[in-house]
Amino acid sequence: MGRIVGGIGLSHVPSIGPVVDRGRTQEPAWKPLFDAYVPVREWLQRLKPDVAIVVYNDHGADFTFDKYPTFALGVAEHYAIGDEGFGTRSLPVVEGDFELSNHLAQALIYEHEFDLTLCQELAVEHGFLVPMNLCFPHSTNGWPVRAIPLAVNVIQHPLPTGQRCYRLGQALRAAVESFPEDSKIVVMGTGGMSHQLQGKRFGFMNEKFDQWFLDQLEADPERLARITHQEIMEQAGAEAVELIMWLTMRGALSPQARRVHRNYYAPMTTGMGLITFEA
Amino acid sequence: MGQQLTGPIADTTVFDLRLSRRGQRLNKLCAALCSPQERDAFKRDEEAFMSRFALTEAEKELIRRRDFEGLIEAGTNIYFLLKIGSVTGTGLYKMGAQMRGESYDEFLATRHIRGAV
Repeated sequence: MGRIVGGIGLSHVPSIGPVVDRGRTQEPAWKPLFDAYVPVREWLQRLKPDVAIVVYNDHGADFTFDKYPTFALGVAEHYAIGDEGFGTRSLPVVEGDFELSNHLAQALIYEHEFDLTLCQELAVEHGFLVPMNLCFPHSTNGWPVRAIPLAVNVIQHPLPTGQRCYRLGQALRAAVESFPEDSKIVVMGTGGMSHQLQGKRFGFMNEKFDQWFLDQLEADPERLARITHQEIMEQAGAEAVELIMWLTMRGALSPQARRVHRNYYAPMTTGMGLITFEA
Repeated sequence: MGQQLTGPIADTTVFDLRLSRRGQRLNKLCAALCSPQERDAFKRDEEAFMSRFALTEAEKELIRRRDFEGLIEAGTNIYFLLKIGSVTGTGLYKMGAQMRGESYDEFLATRHIRGAV
Protein backbone atom coordinates (compact mmCIF):
# COMPACT_ATOMS: atom_id res chain seq x y z
CA MET A 1 0.00 0.00 0.00
CA GLY A 2 1.16 3.52 -0.72
CA ARG A 3 1.78 5.73 2.28
CA ILE A 4 2.50 9.41 2.69
CA VAL A 5 5.31 9.59 5.21
CA GLY A 6 6.03 13.30 5.23
CA GLY A 7 5.30 16.73 3.87
CA ILE A 8 7.56 19.68 3.21
CA GLY A 9 6.61 23.30 2.57
CA LEU A 10 9.46 25.31 1.10
CA SER A 11 10.31 28.24 -1.11
CA HIS A 12 11.63 27.70 -4.63
CA VAL A 13 13.51 30.98 -5.13
CA PRO A 14 15.35 30.71 -8.49
CA SER A 15 18.63 32.28 -7.33
CA ILE A 16 19.20 29.18 -5.16
CA GLY A 17 19.86 27.10 -8.31
CA PRO A 18 23.05 28.86 -9.43
CA VAL A 19 24.23 29.04 -5.80
CA VAL A 20 24.11 25.24 -5.68
CA ASP A 21 25.64 24.86 -9.15
CA ARG A 22 28.56 27.19 -8.34
CA GLY A 23 29.27 25.76 -4.89
CA ARG A 24 28.38 28.98 -3.02
CA THR A 25 26.16 27.39 -0.36
CA GLN A 26 28.59 28.12 2.49
CA GLU A 27 28.94 31.83 1.74
CA PRO A 28 27.72 33.96 4.67
CA ALA A 29 24.70 35.25 2.74
CA TRP A 30 23.50 31.74 1.89
CA LYS A 31 24.72 29.55 4.76
CA PRO A 32 21.70 30.26 7.00
CA LEU A 33 19.40 28.92 4.30
CA PHE A 34 21.37 25.78 3.49
CA ASP A 35 22.16 24.97 7.13
CA ALA A 36 18.45 24.68 7.82
CA TYR A 37 18.25 21.81 5.33
CA VAL A 38 20.96 19.69 6.98
CA PRO A 39 18.56 18.19 9.57
CA VAL A 40 15.83 17.96 6.93
CA ARG A 41 18.04 15.81 4.72
CA GLU A 42 18.99 13.62 7.71
CA TRP A 43 15.30 13.22 8.49
CA LEU A 44 14.58 12.29 4.87
CA GLN A 45 17.35 9.71 4.95
CA ARG A 46 15.58 8.10 7.91
CA LEU A 47 12.16 8.24 6.23
CA LYS A 48 13.59 6.79 3.00
CA PRO A 49 10.82 7.92 0.65
CA ASP A 50 10.57 6.16 -2.70
CA VAL A 51 8.82 9.03 -4.45
CA ALA A 52 8.48 12.79 -4.00
CA ILE A 53 5.33 14.40 -5.36
CA VAL A 54 6.38 17.99 -6.06
CA VAL A 55 3.56 20.54 -6.16
CA TYR A 56 5.07 23.45 -8.07
CA ASN A 57 4.42 25.98 -10.75
CA ASP A 58 6.07 26.42 -14.10
CA HIS A 59 7.45 29.91 -14.85
CA GLY A 60 7.12 29.86 -18.62
CA ALA A 61 9.65 27.10 -19.27
CA ASP A 62 7.28 24.45 -20.58
CA PHE A 63 3.78 25.91 -20.23
CA THR A 64 2.73 29.07 -22.05
CA PHE A 65 -0.52 30.97 -22.01
CA ASP A 66 -1.48 29.43 -25.38
CA LYS A 67 -2.78 26.61 -23.20
CA TYR A 68 -2.47 26.88 -19.47
CA PRO A 69 -3.67 24.04 -17.25
CA THR A 70 -5.03 24.67 -13.77
CA PHE A 71 -3.65 21.37 -12.45
CA ALA A 72 -1.24 19.22 -14.49
CA LEU A 73 0.27 15.88 -13.46
CA GLY A 74 3.43 14.36 -14.89
CA VAL A 75 2.79 10.81 -16.12
CA ALA A 76 6.17 9.87 -17.57
CA GLU A 77 9.16 7.72 -16.67
CA HIS A 78 11.51 10.70 -16.97
CA TYR A 79 11.35 14.48 -16.88
CA ALA A 80 13.85 16.62 -18.76
CA ILE A 81 15.58 19.68 -17.31
CA GLY A 82 13.96 22.76 -18.85
CA ASP A 83 15.44 25.98 -20.20
CA GLU A 84 13.45 28.84 -18.73
CA GLY A 85 15.40 31.49 -20.59
CA PHE A 86 18.67 31.35 -18.66
CA GLY A 87 20.12 28.13 -20.16
CA THR A 88 19.72 24.51 -19.12
CA ARG A 89 21.25 23.65 -15.78
CA SER A 90 23.62 20.72 -15.79
CA LEU A 91 21.49 18.34 -13.72
CA PRO A 92 20.56 14.70 -14.18
CA VAL A 93 17.24 13.87 -15.78
CA VAL A 94 14.54 13.33 -13.15
CA GLU A 95 13.31 9.78 -12.85
CA GLY A 96 9.54 9.55 -12.55
CA ASP A 97 7.21 6.74 -11.48
CA PHE A 98 4.73 5.93 -14.22
CA GLU A 99 2.84 3.30 -12.21
CA LEU A 100 2.15 5.72 -9.38
CA SER A 101 1.32 8.55 -11.80
CA ASN A 102 -1.12 6.29 -13.64
CA HIS A 103 -2.76 5.28 -10.39
CA LEU A 104 -3.01 8.89 -9.21
CA ALA A 105 -4.56 9.93 -12.52
CA GLN A 106 -7.22 7.20 -12.32
CA ALA A 107 -8.02 7.83 -8.67
CA LEU A 108 -8.00 11.63 -8.83
CA ILE A 109 -10.11 11.82 -11.98
CA TYR A 110 -12.58 8.95 -11.41
CA GLU A 111 -12.98 8.92 -7.65
CA HIS A 112 -12.10 12.39 -6.48
CA GLU A 113 -13.23 14.31 -9.56
CA PHE A 114 -10.12 16.40 -10.07
CA ASP A 115 -9.95 16.73 -13.85
CA LEU A 116 -6.19 16.98 -14.30
CA THR A 117 -4.22 17.67 -17.43
CA LEU A 118 -1.91 14.69 -17.92
CA CYS A 119 1.59 15.36 -19.25
CA GLN A 120 3.70 12.71 -20.97
CA GLU A 121 6.44 15.21 -21.72
CA LEU A 122 7.27 17.81 -19.14
CA ALA A 123 10.52 19.73 -18.71
CA VAL A 124 10.96 20.86 -15.12
CA GLU A 125 12.54 24.11 -13.96
CA HIS A 126 13.38 26.06 -10.83
CA GLY A 127 9.92 25.72 -9.29
CA PHE A 128 10.54 21.98 -9.17
CA LEU A 129 14.32 21.73 -9.18
CA VAL A 130 15.25 24.12 -6.37
CA PRO A 131 13.20 22.14 -3.82
CA MET A 132 14.85 18.97 -5.13
CA ASN A 133 18.29 20.59 -4.79
CA LEU A 134 17.54 21.53 -1.19
CA CYS A 135 16.02 18.25 -0.03
CA PHE A 136 17.40 15.55 -2.33
CA PRO A 137 20.88 16.51 -3.57
CA HIS A 138 21.80 14.67 -6.75
CA SER A 139 25.02 12.78 -7.48
CA THR A 140 26.53 11.42 -10.64
CA ASN A 141 24.10 8.52 -10.21
CA GLY A 142 21.13 10.86 -10.45
CA TRP A 143 18.60 11.88 -7.81
CA PRO A 144 18.12 9.79 -4.68
CA VAL A 145 14.35 9.64 -5.11
CA ARG A 146 11.86 9.28 -7.95
CA ALA A 147 9.69 12.34 -8.43
CA ILE A 148 6.31 13.27 -9.88
CA PRO A 149 5.59 16.87 -10.89
CA LEU A 150 2.17 18.30 -10.08
CA ALA A 151 1.95 21.76 -11.65
CA VAL A 152 -0.57 24.35 -10.45
CA ASN A 153 -1.61 27.59 -12.13
CA VAL A 154 -0.61 30.24 -9.63
CA ILE A 155 0.27 32.95 -12.15
CA GLN A 156 -2.72 33.63 -14.44
CA HIS A 157 -5.89 34.52 -12.54
CA PRO A 158 -8.40 32.93 -12.12
CA LEU A 159 -6.27 30.57 -10.03
CA PRO A 160 -7.67 27.58 -8.18
CA THR A 161 -8.86 28.60 -4.72
CA GLY A 162 -6.88 27.78 -1.60
CA GLN A 163 -9.73 25.52 -0.57
CA ARG A 164 -9.50 23.62 -3.87
CA CYS A 165 -5.75 23.20 -3.48
CA TYR A 166 -6.25 21.87 0.05
CA ARG A 167 -8.88 19.40 -1.18
CA LEU A 168 -6.54 18.29 -3.94
CA GLY A 169 -4.09 17.40 -1.20
CA GLN A 170 -6.73 15.41 0.66
CA ALA A 171 -7.60 13.58 -2.55
CA LEU A 172 -3.92 12.93 -3.18
CA ARG A 173 -3.64 11.30 0.24
CA ALA A 174 -6.60 9.00 -0.44
CA ALA A 175 -5.25 8.21 -3.91
CA VAL A 176 -1.80 7.33 -2.54
CA GLU A 177 -3.38 5.07 0.09
CA SER A 178 -5.20 3.05 -2.55
CA PHE A 179 -1.99 2.46 -4.52
CA PRO A 180 -1.43 -1.31 -4.32
CA GLU A 181 2.38 -1.23 -4.22
CA ASP A 182 4.38 -0.60 -1.08
CA SER A 183 5.62 2.88 -1.66
CA LYS A 184 6.65 5.65 0.71
CA ILE A 185 5.85 9.12 -0.50
CA VAL A 186 6.66 12.67 0.52
CA VAL A 187 4.66 15.61 -0.76
CA MET A 188 6.38 18.93 -1.31
CA GLY A 189 4.43 22.17 -1.48
CA THR A 190 6.67 24.81 -3.01
CA GLY A 191 6.79 28.57 -3.57
CA GLY A 192 6.45 31.77 -1.59
CA MET A 193 6.53 32.98 0.96
CA SER A 194 5.89 36.73 0.90
CA HIS A 195 7.21 38.45 -2.21
CA GLN A 196 6.23 40.83 -4.94
CA LEU A 197 8.22 41.06 -8.14
CA GLN A 198 6.55 43.90 -10.01
CA GLY A 199 5.53 47.52 -9.74
CA LYS A 200 6.47 50.08 -7.11
CA ARG A 201 5.86 47.40 -4.53
CA PHE A 202 8.72 45.25 -5.89
CA GLY A 203 10.63 43.69 -3.01
CA PHE A 204 7.74 43.79 -0.55
CA MET A 205 7.95 41.15 2.19
CA ASN A 206 5.95 40.56 5.35
CA GLU A 207 7.61 38.30 7.91
CA LYS A 208 4.70 38.66 10.32
CA PHE A 209 2.31 37.25 7.74
CA ASP A 210 4.73 34.46 6.82
CA GLN A 211 5.15 33.38 10.45
CA TRP A 212 1.37 33.48 10.91
CA PHE A 213 0.95 31.34 7.78
CA LEU A 214 3.41 28.78 9.16
CA ASP A 215 1.58 28.77 12.51
CA GLN A 216 -1.80 28.25 10.87
CA LEU A 217 -0.52 25.63 8.47
CA GLU A 218 0.46 23.59 11.48
CA ALA A 219 -2.45 24.34 13.79
CA ASP A 220 -5.53 24.95 11.68
CA PRO A 221 -5.03 24.21 7.98
CA GLU A 222 -8.78 23.81 7.32
CA ARG A 223 -9.30 27.40 8.32
CA LEU A 224 -6.16 28.65 6.58
CA ALA A 225 -7.40 27.09 3.32
CA ARG A 226 -10.27 29.58 3.30
CA ILE A 227 -7.87 32.50 2.83
CA THR A 228 -8.56 34.35 -0.44
CA HIS A 229 -6.10 35.25 -3.15
CA GLN A 230 -6.83 38.91 -2.40
CA GLU A 231 -5.88 38.50 1.27
CA ILE A 232 -2.61 36.76 0.44
CA MET A 233 -1.64 39.29 -2.23
CA GLU A 234 -2.53 42.32 -0.12
CA GLN A 235 -0.70 41.10 2.94
CA ALA A 236 2.24 39.25 1.41
CA GLY A 237 2.67 40.54 -2.16
CA ALA A 238 1.20 39.55 -5.52
CA GLU A 239 3.55 36.64 -6.13
CA ALA A 240 3.02 35.24 -2.62
CA VAL A 241 -0.26 33.78 -3.85
CA GLU A 242 1.70 30.68 -4.83
CA LEU A 243 1.50 29.75 -1.14
CA ILE A 244 -1.76 28.02 -2.05
CA MET A 245 0.46 25.15 -3.19
CA TRP A 246 1.54 24.61 0.42
CA LEU A 247 -2.11 23.90 1.19
CA THR A 248 -2.02 20.92 -1.19
CA MET A 249 0.94 19.53 0.73
CA ARG A 250 -0.82 20.08 4.07
CA GLY A 251 -4.05 18.54 2.79
CA ALA A 252 -2.13 15.40 1.93
CA LEU A 253 -1.18 14.92 5.60
CA SER A 254 -3.33 13.98 8.52
CA PRO A 255 -4.77 17.00 10.37
CA GLN A 256 -2.76 15.92 13.43
CA ALA A 257 0.52 15.59 11.53
CA ARG A 258 3.50 16.46 13.70
CA ARG A 259 5.61 19.41 12.69
CA VAL A 260 9.30 18.48 12.64
CA HIS A 261 11.33 21.41 11.23
CA ARG A 262 10.67 25.07 10.75
CA ASN A 263 12.92 27.84 9.45
CA TYR A 264 12.63 31.32 7.99
CA TYR A 265 15.20 33.40 6.13
CA ALA A 266 14.45 36.53 4.13
CA PRO A 267 17.67 38.02 2.81
CA MET A 268 16.60 39.77 -0.40
CA THR A 269 13.09 39.85 -1.87
CA THR A 270 11.40 36.63 -0.77
CA GLY A 271 10.54 35.12 2.59
CA MET A 272 12.20 31.73 2.27
CA GLY A 273 10.15 29.56 4.57
CA LEU A 274 10.61 25.93 5.44
CA ILE A 275 8.33 23.61 7.36
CA THR A 276 8.21 19.83 7.53
CA PHE A 277 5.62 17.43 8.90
CA GLU A 278 5.66 13.77 9.66
CA ALA A 279 2.36 12.27 8.56
CA MET B 1 -18.60 33.12 -8.12
CA GLY B 2 -15.96 33.30 -5.47
CA GLN B 3 -14.62 36.39 -3.80
CA GLN B 4 -11.00 35.63 -4.58
CA LEU B 5 -10.21 39.03 -6.10
CA THR B 6 -12.20 41.85 -4.57
CA GLY B 7 -10.46 45.04 -5.65
CA PRO B 8 -7.30 46.82 -6.72
CA ILE B 9 -4.13 46.38 -4.68
CA ALA B 10 -1.89 49.43 -4.37
CA ASP B 11 1.16 49.51 -6.67
CA THR B 12 0.29 46.07 -8.01
CA THR B 13 -0.71 44.75 -11.41
CA VAL B 14 -2.76 41.57 -11.12
CA PHE B 15 -2.06 39.25 -14.04
CA ASP B 16 -5.58 38.14 -14.87
CA LEU B 17 -7.00 36.66 -18.03
CA ARG B 18 -7.88 40.05 -19.54
CA LEU B 19 -4.32 41.28 -19.08
CA SER B 20 -2.91 37.97 -20.28
CA ARG B 21 -5.01 38.25 -23.43
CA ARG B 22 -3.68 41.75 -24.04
CA GLY B 23 -0.10 40.59 -23.53
CA GLN B 24 -0.34 37.30 -25.40
CA ARG B 25 1.97 38.35 -28.27
CA LEU B 26 4.51 39.80 -25.84
CA ASN B 27 4.40 36.63 -23.77
CA LYS B 28 4.89 34.53 -26.90
CA LEU B 29 8.01 36.53 -27.69
CA CYS B 30 9.29 35.93 -24.17
CA ALA B 31 8.55 32.21 -24.33
CA ALA B 32 10.54 31.94 -27.54
CA LEU B 33 13.60 33.06 -25.57
CA CYS B 34 13.68 29.67 -23.81
CA SER B 35 16.08 28.39 -26.45
CA PRO B 36 19.73 29.36 -26.98
CA GLN B 37 19.21 29.81 -30.74
CA GLU B 38 16.39 32.26 -30.18
CA ARG B 39 18.37 34.18 -27.58
CA ASP B 40 21.17 34.49 -30.13
CA ALA B 41 18.65 35.68 -32.71
CA PHE B 42 17.38 38.35 -30.32
CA LYS B 43 20.92 39.53 -29.57
CA ARG B 44 21.89 39.52 -33.25
CA ASP B 45 18.93 41.56 -34.52
CA GLU B 46 16.38 42.66 -31.98
CA GLU B 47 14.17 44.39 -34.57
CA ALA B 48 14.00 41.33 -36.80
CA PHE B 49 13.25 39.17 -33.77
CA MET B 50 10.43 41.44 -32.62
CA SER B 51 8.92 41.57 -36.11
CA ARG B 52 7.96 37.88 -35.84
CA PHE B 53 5.43 38.43 -33.05
CA ALA B 54 2.92 40.92 -34.50
CA LEU B 55 3.67 43.48 -31.80
CA THR B 56 2.32 47.00 -32.02
CA GLU B 57 4.81 49.82 -32.44
CA ALA B 58 4.12 50.86 -28.84
CA GLU B 59 4.92 47.36 -27.58
CA LYS B 60 8.16 47.27 -29.56
CA GLU B 61 9.09 50.63 -28.10
CA LEU B 62 8.63 49.27 -24.57
CA ILE B 63 11.14 46.53 -25.36
CA ARG B 64 13.56 48.95 -27.05
CA ARG B 65 13.46 51.24 -24.01
CA ARG B 66 13.72 48.29 -21.57
CA ASP B 67 10.65 49.74 -19.90
CA PHE B 68 9.89 46.84 -17.60
CA GLU B 69 7.07 48.50 -15.70
CA GLY B 70 5.46 49.44 -19.04
CA LEU B 71 5.81 45.86 -20.25
CA ILE B 72 4.08 44.58 -17.10
CA GLU B 73 1.22 47.02 -17.65
CA ALA B 74 1.03 45.93 -21.30
CA GLY B 75 0.35 42.35 -20.17
CA THR B 76 3.77 40.72 -19.95
CA ASN B 77 3.78 38.24 -17.12
CA ILE B 78 6.64 38.90 -14.69
CA TYR B 79 8.07 35.40 -15.07
CA PHE B 80 8.03 35.76 -18.86
CA LEU B 81 9.49 39.25 -18.62
CA LEU B 82 12.50 37.76 -16.81
CA LYS B 83 13.48 36.09 -20.10
CA ILE B 84 13.80 39.52 -21.75
CA GLY B 85 15.68 40.63 -18.66
CA SER B 86 18.10 37.75 -19.04
CA VAL B 87 18.76 38.27 -22.75
CA THR B 88 19.34 42.00 -22.23
CA GLY B 89 21.57 41.57 -19.18
CA THR B 90 18.99 42.95 -16.77
CA GLY B 91 18.53 40.56 -13.86
CA LEU B 92 15.48 40.54 -11.62
CA TYR B 93 16.90 42.91 -9.03
CA LYS B 94 17.95 45.46 -11.67
CA MET B 95 14.47 45.26 -13.15
CA GLY B 96 12.98 45.68 -9.71
CA ALA B 97 15.11 48.72 -8.95
CA GLN B 98 13.89 50.31 -12.19
CA MET B 99 10.25 49.54 -11.32
CA ARG B 100 10.72 51.15 -7.90
CA GLY B 101 12.33 54.20 -9.49
CA GLU B 102 15.66 53.55 -7.75
CA SER B 103 19.22 52.88 -8.80
CA TYR B 104 20.45 49.32 -8.33
CA ASP B 105 22.58 50.40 -5.35
CA GLU B 106 19.69 52.28 -3.78
CA PHE B 107 17.55 49.17 -4.08
CA LEU B 108 20.24 46.89 -2.62
CA ALA B 109 20.55 49.22 0.35
CA THR B 110 16.94 48.40 1.27
CA ARG B 111 17.65 44.64 1.58
CA HIS B 112 18.52 42.65 4.70
CA ILE B 113 21.42 40.67 3.25
CA ARG B 114 22.54 42.23 0.01
CA GLY B 115 25.08 39.48 -0.72
CA ALA B 116 22.31 36.94 -1.30
CA VAL B 117 22.20 37.52 -5.04
